Amino acid sequence: MDIIISNSSKKPIYEQITDQIKNHIIVGNLNEGDVLPSMRLLAKELHISVITTKRAYEDLECEGFIETVAGKGSYVSRKNMNLIREEQLKKAESFLESAVDTAKSGGITLNELIEMLNLIYNGE
Amino acid sequence: MKNAIEINNLCKIYKDFQLKNVSFNVPSGSIVGFIGENGAGKTTTIKLILNEMKRDGGNIKIFGMDNIKDERKIKEQIGVVFDESYFHGEFKAGDVASILKKIYTNWDDTYFNKKLQEFNIPNNKIIKEYSKGMKMKLSIASALAHHPKLLILDEATSGLDPIVRREILDIFLDFIQDENHSILFSSHITNDLEKIADYIAFIHNGKIVFEHSKDELLYNYGIIKCGKNELSELDKNDIIRIKKDQLGCEALVADKDAAKRKYPNLLIDSTSIDEIMLLYVKGEKVC
Repeated sequence: MDIIISNSSKKPIYEQITDQIKNHIIVGNLNEGDVLPSMRLLAKELHISVITTKRAYEDLECEGFIETVAGKGSYVSRKNMNLIREEQLKKAESFLESAVDTAKSGGITLNELIEMLNLIYNGE
Repeated sequence: MKNAIEINNLCKIYKDFQLKNVSFNVPSGSIVGFIGENGAGKTTTIKLILNEMKRDGGNIKIFGMDNIKDERKIKEQIGVVFDESYFHGEFKAGDVASILKKIYTNWDDTYFNKKLQEFNIPNNKIIKEYSKGMKMKLSIASALAHHPKLLILDEATSGLDPIVRREILDIFLDFIQDENHSILFSSHITNDLEKIADYIAFIHNGKIVFEHSKDELLYNYGIIKCGKNELSELDKNDIIRIKKDQLGCEALVADKDAAKRKYPNLLIDSTSIDEIMLLYVKGEKVC
């Protein structure tokens, strides 16, 4: 699992970690039941404080992406498929909103847009 | 156990200097960075923790035990690294082991030799011919070889090149993989502490100014930079310290996101441990 941290990003490091792990789970690099590196190991590999990795894992747990079992470790949660779907639905919706805005401002009709969507979805 | 080290109202009185009611903790499993100007009281505090001198007040608990009553037992479990290697210059690494194994009941020769190999410390050179980095790594190997639970480091990375410093920080991060291990790390190299510390304790003129999590300092604290005429806009309850000079003012705040919302037209920067120290030392409180 790759985690890339930017020191110059405005985003706090714990948030960068949370986002990337979420992404790995969504994209399928991490699957249900996969074990994550321990908070301490992650801290060591990334050269950051354990408090930071702990925060990242706690946030992931709060959002339902992972579960942490004391003494055993953290693993990708089994209950998260609906959550991921929800999140993807929201993202797709917001992209579609952008597409509609763009289309309307360019004088593109709904039918043209639907045709475009069909072509793209079906892999043209 | 909650805290590896608990210091309560520690006092030490010298003619020109006093440690006044110093209190802070090193939580188990954490790395606490100890910062302060030269002469602020860091080394005095560490010497008192190690009972190298008599205190004038307060108490110190290490692993829950009194640091004076249970000194022997405690010291078996502490590894100490100072900024200089105090081993005799004519010794070789093996000589150091011969002496230390008679002092520590848990001395582990195999582990010591393994570390020497890992750190590329030569067996046949005498210590006075070592480079600074090698001397430090030997000190660290010696501090680790009796399997301590607590490392106390006093400027252990000073004078070392960035590559060696990074290697040494990795050694400390490795040590802390065991959540029963803790580190108290006194250092001027705030960059190192920004990388690995969990908490920062700041001492100034013999008093503890704050003990905060490093994340809070680096991600929540901020500096408002403005002109003198914009000063009146600022709510003095938001300002921790302020520094004014010819070209403008810098005000330290604890919550930069809140400050950005409250003062949307002012420049608010993230900050570093160095800058926070500077503002505490050179800045003034707002009355």
